[in-house]
Amino acid sequence: MNAPQPRQWDSLRQNRARRLERAASLGLAGQNGKEIPVDRIVDLLEAVIQPGDRVCLEGNNQKQADFLAESLADCDPARINHLSMVQSVLALPSHVDLFERGLANRLDFSFSGPQGARLAKLVQEQRIEIGAIHTYLELFGRYFLDLTPNIALIAAQAADAEGNLYLGPNTEDTPAIVEATAFKGGIVVAQVNQRLDKLPRVDVPADWVDFTVQAPRPNYIEPLFTRDPAQITEVQVLMAMMAIKGIYAEYGVKRLNHGIGFDTAAIELLLPTYAAELGLKGKICTHWALNPHPTLIPAIESGFVESVHCFGSEVGMDNYVAARSDVFFTGADGSMRSNRAFSQTAGLYACDMFIGSTLQMDLAGNSSTATLGRITGFGGAPNMGSDPHGRRHASPAWLKAGREAAGPNAIRGRKLVVQMVETFREHMAPVFVEELDAWQLQKMMGAELPPIMIYGDDVSHIVTEEGIANLLLCRTPEEREQAIRGVAGFTPVGMARDKAMVENLRDRGIVRRPEDLGIDPRLATRDLLAARSVKDLVRWSGGLYAPPSRFRNW
Amino acid sequence: METLDFQFASAPVSRSAHAALCGVVGSGNLEILVQAGDQPATCQVSIKTSARGFGATWQAVLGSFAASHPAGGTRIDINDMGATPAVVSLRLAQALAEYRGGEQ
Repeated sequence: MNAPQPRQWDSLRQNRARRLERAASLGLAGQNGKEIPVDRIVDLLEAVIQPGDRVCLEGNNQKQADFLAESLADCDPARINHLSMVQSVLALPSHVDLFERGLANRLDFSFSGPQGARLAKLVQEQRIEIGAIHTYLELFGRYFLDLTPNIALIAAQAADAEGNLYLGPNTEDTPAIVEATAFKGGIVVAQVNQRLDKLPRVDVPADWVDFTVQAPRPNYIEPLFTRDPAQITEVQVLMAMMAIKGIYAEYGVKRLNHGIGFDTAAIELLLPTYAAELGLKGKICTHWALNPHPTLIPAIESGFVESVHCFGSEVGMDNYVAARSDVFFTGADGSMRSNRAFSQTAGLYACDMFIGSTLQMDLAGNSSTATLGRITGFGGAPNMGSDPHGRRHASPAWLKAGREAAGPNAIRGRKLVVQMVETFREHMAPVFVEELDAWQLQKMMGAELPPIMIYGDDVSHIVTEEGIANLLLCRTPEEREQAIRGVAGFTPVGMARDKAMVENLRDRGIVRRPEDLGIDPRLATRDLLAARSVKDLVRWSGGLYAPPSRFRNW
Repeated sequence: METLDFQFASAPVSRSAHAALCGVVGSGNLEILVQAGDQPATCQVSIKTSARGFGATWQAVLGSFAASHPAGGTRIDINDMGATPAVVSLRLAQALAEYRGGEQ
């Protein structure tokens, strides 16, 4: 019998020790708070990173480890190359520089927003290989299976002398990234905004962190969730009235997530006015998985909202959140702790509704924000905007939706997944289309699947200025198609409707017009918004909300 | 600038003593004046618009409005600066509701 080949069972640990020795040999031992002088960060990265490493560069749609991203891009491609990047969001120019400079050649990510066009160009030039586009929770999940980082480059608010980290209100993705890296032989490098003798609280313990560097400027945070009420239109007010009366009230939606756009901001600003007049306070919108949207302030102040758990924070909201600790999750120090992984979990399993917007929708209800020439990904929307078959607990909204879809003997409920769009975007671009641009994008990317944000079979309702389509009640693909055409307005898709069939759907309550819902169009004015400007939001907050300068026009 | 004129059959609306004015002439918006017309089962519409080439869309939006609302016996004047069909439909509904007064 052959003896089994002896195998080394701690190669990751030994490899990690060799990397740390290389750093130590350069005088970068991470002594004294694991502190690295800022001018030696490139030396450190070149010492601890090896060609072919999987590197997680922290950055999402808000907080960015921007100094470490730029430092990595400054490394010598002759020494560090063939990196496989795993990251939530490809947002900064330096993220794309990594590929253009030949340091990295593979990418697994969730969202690329502003760099979408450059990314598409790199793919066409075959200078980047995209592993897959994920939803956040899915990418975090893979960090613990087959995409575990060798190196994590993260952003923290402050470090103490031991190397403990305080993450501040923008905790976001950091716990998930650090946990996956630190417990599988990886190396964690943190950029910090400041060094403190005593941290307000410890978010990451020192023995999960290998090196800290004080960045020359605070890490960048994008105010992504700030919507100026002054830009909300009367059509958006009308759609918000329909959504509240025709969906929120009818299903008694208490636990929910809102998307990022002006359509849902309008709903938030109608809660203290229109929804309150309908007697819905305490009956809808009590528990949220949501970033601290400034436009939610009036609803919170009016007593509509019991609890909000946040994926991240929002610029200017820190003092307001700290002063409303009954509503938000805050530490003993008073400041908020967000957590993207847990909030996405809440969005998946604990919410009865997701409502968001899209750029395109086809006749099966599939929707996508991917448009030609841009590879963007979808962040959390595919997670929140999906009906989780693993859910087992019941709620009135979930049961009602399930029974509408499958009859009174349904053995499961349904999440409400609502798409809210005006039928035309700017420049008269129709939202409703025969074929999504995603199909052409798939060919360009050479991808296995078209980049669809929310699958049509997960969508329960579509709200447009023309009305609400309830897809749960449709019994055939033809009915779904006509229900979608029936709210597609004067787009070519809407004009091609079978009028008799749409009227039949209307008789059955599958398509409903504002007048069917008893909505007086004269009320659809901006006067119905609880706040009509950013200044109004500041006033509602008692001066606690401090909007970023670009939103101050007074 | 383009001027468009349409006539649609529509269920008669009770005649109002007062004309109704709704909206403003601003970018992406429009102004609608509803007043009594001279044919009880017809809605006459006259449009001045800054966006050329959308005659078919106007016809569809206005035709749908006249079919789904009692707008016969009105004359409607529109000054438009590139409003989307969504804005036009909402303004028409608002202006007619205003013209009809308290009636729903």
